[in-house]
Amino acid sequence: MWNTKRYDIIVVGAGPAGSTFARIAASKGLSVLLLERKTRIGVPVRCGEGVIDSGLRLFYEPCPEWIATTIDKFCFIAPNGSSIAVKLQEKGYILNRNVFDSDLAKFAEKEGATVVTNANVNSLLFENDKVAGVKGICNNEPFEITSKLVIGADGVESRIGRFAGINTKINLNNIDSGYQKTISGIDVDRNVCSFYISNELAPGGYIWIFPKGNDSANIGIGISGKAHINGKSAKTRLDEFLDLKYPKHKVESISVGGIPLSKPIKQMVTDSVMLIGDAARTVNPLSGGGIILGMKSAVKAADVAVKILISDKEPTKINLIDYQKQWMNSEGKQINRIYRIKTAVDKLTDKDLNNIIERVNKLPVEKRSLARIFRACIPQKPSLLFDVAKVFVGY
Amino acid sequence: MIEVDKGDCDFCGACAAVCPVDCIELYEKDIKIDSKKCTECKLCIYICPIEAMSYVEHETV
Repeated sequence: MWNTKRYDIIVVGAGPAGSTFARIAASKGLSVLLLERKTRIGVPVRCGEGVIDSGLRLFYEPCPEWIATTIDKFCFIAPNGSSIAVKLQEKGYILNRNVFDSDLAKFAEKEGATVVTNANVNSLLFENDKVAGVKGICNNEPFEITSKLVIGADGVESRIGRFAGINTKINLNNIDSGYQKTISGIDVDRNVCSFYISNELAPGGYIWIFPKGNDSANIGIGISGKAHINGKSAKTRLDEFLDLKYPKHKVESISVGGIPLSKPIKQMVTDSVMLIGDAARTVNPLSGGGIILGMKSAVKAADVAVKILISDKEPTKINLIDYQKQWMNSEGKQINRIYRIKTAVDKLTDKDLNNIIERVNKLPVEKRSLARIFRACIPQKPSLLFDVAKVFVGY
Repeated sequence: MIEVDKGDCDFCGACAAVCPVDCIELYEKDIKIDSKKCTECKLCIYICPIEAMSYVEHETV
């Protein structure tokens, strides 16, 4: 039985980060238990589902069933309705996250990980004041399972970190309230992602239209937590937008969630615990894209964890800290830079945004690149912009 | 106290992410607020994308 064994590693959360971690650790011969709260992995989807081809290929050969549509163009729409289209230098995809997430968990299982759904972890197990596993409930039965290491891959609402004494609090400035509808029966270009950038429509965020085929799309909104205090909720804002733009749409599904848009978390590890993915805020704070970054954090964390456990060392904070150091020297550093850009972009008024789109529209079409758009946004800091351009969606 | 409309709630966890005192516990299709720990700061109401949370005055017994 899965709940009577002792494991090397328990991974809490079977999203892309958790399943990727579990797959790598299991492939190195470690015993791994992957626990998922939901009944079906990947359902419901809580994501815009955009990724860049090269980002995905770092981890997996794209499988046709994962891909709803291929993206070759971005379109930015200013508050006054004027727009610019930008051809992408590499293709992107809108995924079917339900299929994608489910397959990633199967890959972990194939490498030997035990995958259990319907398993709600509600606390950590301590032995002599040390983390020694997890406690929870699965199909109304309580469980207690011991392991050498616990991985918190439990999303934006992560509790594993908090249970272990890591401060994962996120303030309202650093989280967007996200609401998305997958709708059908609309006229949408299947190869173009559109972004409505406007403080009036989506203060502290944007409205996205990510096509999912010929007549359907994920249309969603992110607004800053602060924006809701004296204003309309994400749901109200999106519903108003949809009624105006697509009065005849049919709703296929609704997706809700908090989108962490913060600096890297200060502490990613403690004794016997590591945080990865949204739980560790491995998200691009400007775009909200976190699929690829989450999997990158999983790979870095898994490499460190595997080395320690295979050489029979204790997974103490001091031994695990290499993961955090590596992160802060690479993607973490980049997230810090993007966070500074986000802070600057947040200050732009709708008039500024109109001016930017107008300025970019004056550029000859062949010279319009994402980098140039961002350069137009923040003329004084052009060096930061190439990173942002590369990472706007799904990286 | 803070109340959740469980008919509207999608159990996404945005509220749990901003809760400063970790008093919100999520299940796949349930949510519990520990009213003893809750400080009624209302951050959860502000972040909820679908207005499923609200503040109601303490009932006097």
